[in-house]
Amino acid sequence: MSYIGNIIGGVKTLLTGMKVTGNYFFPSVFGRKYTITRQYPDEPAIVMDRFKGEVVMWHNDNNEHRCTGCQACEIACPNGSIEIIWDRVLNEETGKKVKVIDQHIYHLGMCTMCNLCIQACPTNAIMWSTNFHNSTFDRSQLTKVLNKPGSKLMAGVEE
Amino acid sequence: MEQVTLNTADLKSQEYFLNMGPQHPATHGVLRLILTLDGEVVKNIEPDLGYIHRSIEKQCEYEGYKQIIHLTDRMDYLSAHINNEAVALAIEQALEIEVPERVKVIRTIMGELTRIASHLLWWGVMGMDVGALTTFMYAFRDREMINDIMEETCGARLTMSYSTPGGVMFDLHPNFVKRIKEFIPHLRSVIPKYDELLTGNVIFQKRMKGVGYMSYEDAISHGASGPVARGSGVSCDRRKKGPYSAFASQDIDFKEIIYTEGDNLARYNVRMKEMLQSLNIIEQLIDNIPDDGIQAKTRALIKLPKGEFLQRVETARGDLGVYIVSDGKKNPYRVKFRSPGFSNLNALIEIGKGHLIADLVAIMSTLDFVVPDIDR
Repeated sequence: MSYIGNIIGGVKTLLTGMKVTGNYFFPSVFGRKYTITRQYPDEPAIVMDRFKGEVVMWHNDNNEHRCTGCQACEIACPNGSIEIIWDRVLNEETGKKVKVIDQHIYHLGMCTMCNLCIQACPTNAIMWSTNFHNSTFDRSQLTKVLNKPGSKLMAGVEE
Repeated sequence: MEQVTLNTADLKSQEYFLNMGPQHPATHGVLRLILTLDGEVVKNIEPDLGYIHRSIEKQCEYEGYKQIIHLTDRMDYLSAHINNEAVALAIEQALEIEVPERVKVIRTIMGELTRIASHLLWWGVMGMDVGALTTFMYAFRDREMINDIMEETCGARLTMSYSTPGGVMFDLHPNFVKRIKEFIPHLRSVIPKYDELLTGNVIFQKRMKGVGYMSYEDAISHGASGPVARGSGVSCDRRKKGPYSAFASQDIDFKEIIYTEGDNLARYNVRMKEMLQSLNIIEQLIDNIPDDGIQAKTRALIKLPKGEFLQRVETARGDLGVYIVSDGKKNPYRVKFRSPGFSNLNALIEIGKGHLIADLVAIMSTLDFVVPDIDR
């Protein structure tokens, strides 16, 4: 192929490519109506229901949770993100010592969102939250206590 | 004044070393190549690994069998689901449990989606490596649709941890089928645009055609697999050679893409055609997903019988082997991952010799390295 032929061929392929990109550069001419990107902080981000953001413990209005302290999640966790501090407390009604959690500690910084703890939980005490604003200025803030202060076990939930 | 004449025969060139990486945008991760150069011509390549070594194989020895799976997400993060599937299949093979048909179909669909997402990302980044920035934007736009599907069903966009021994984590989301049916015609319509944008471009053709030739024999002797080997005419698709999941249980009609040229363009074409084949596979499965549960019965604490178990699957990069040695305890005695990227990196040493540095970048992107996969 001649020298000029090469140039013409090159320009032709260049224009073919430009046709595709031009489609997006002049939306009014080609009738493209939708935008692909979102202006995130101004527009809310679309997060799916099942998104594994962080582990949270569900509390009802009376500040009661469903965690019996069985430690199934702690055993299931592959990297030690969950620590449960518990004690046996005498239940005055039945006269038996019952396991009660003091703190359900969750290290978000170590968590790999593998879902094994939530699968392991027999009482559905912990669940996923779709919150993804997890960055902090200090690593220590990533260690969270999941049960709220003063909360207690919901009546009727047993291991 | 005496006239000095330059005799070119007397000029000697000197070989010198150049570090390409570990922090180099074209190595797609922390891969260090020690190049021996003569001018701009590459004389020798010596890959140096270890910058992203997380000792995943060793960690596996301290984790239970269910817990291994989440580590494999972090190896080849672009085909995370296929890695999960490989480990799950190896454990199921050892326990001799038959998973429900629904699980097989779901795993296969997810695996093919992952393959498309991986190839799309590769296409975008490959364009960027040879100087076409636009491809990146186009590929990421379409890959986003797959990420949405993954997020909706698996709860994560990249590191899904979706397969478990004996089944899958969650059931399919009600929107799953609808979204796939939107995605398939969309990708079918944009791939011709990709060809207009990049494949036919004269500059791109000159960077690709005849560059980075690897012969059939070289591909076999270096253990190359996946699209890299198929670009040199080696038939090595695990989905055909050793069918697993729905490839074994269902009658799926798809072609193994083989090009015999062995150059960059051949490897490029293999991946572009593979995306369409993956769409075919998904299309055949999506309409009749069986409904027989998402989890086979397994014990809470899985213990494998004594023995050695091997499972090979086809990831987006090639042949992934999961080799588990068990001594009957709750942890494996030894786990070995045969990663496709490592063998393909060996092939680079042979292919890259005699090329210019700029061509080396193009060759590397057609080999499609994911460094955490090479260096576990």
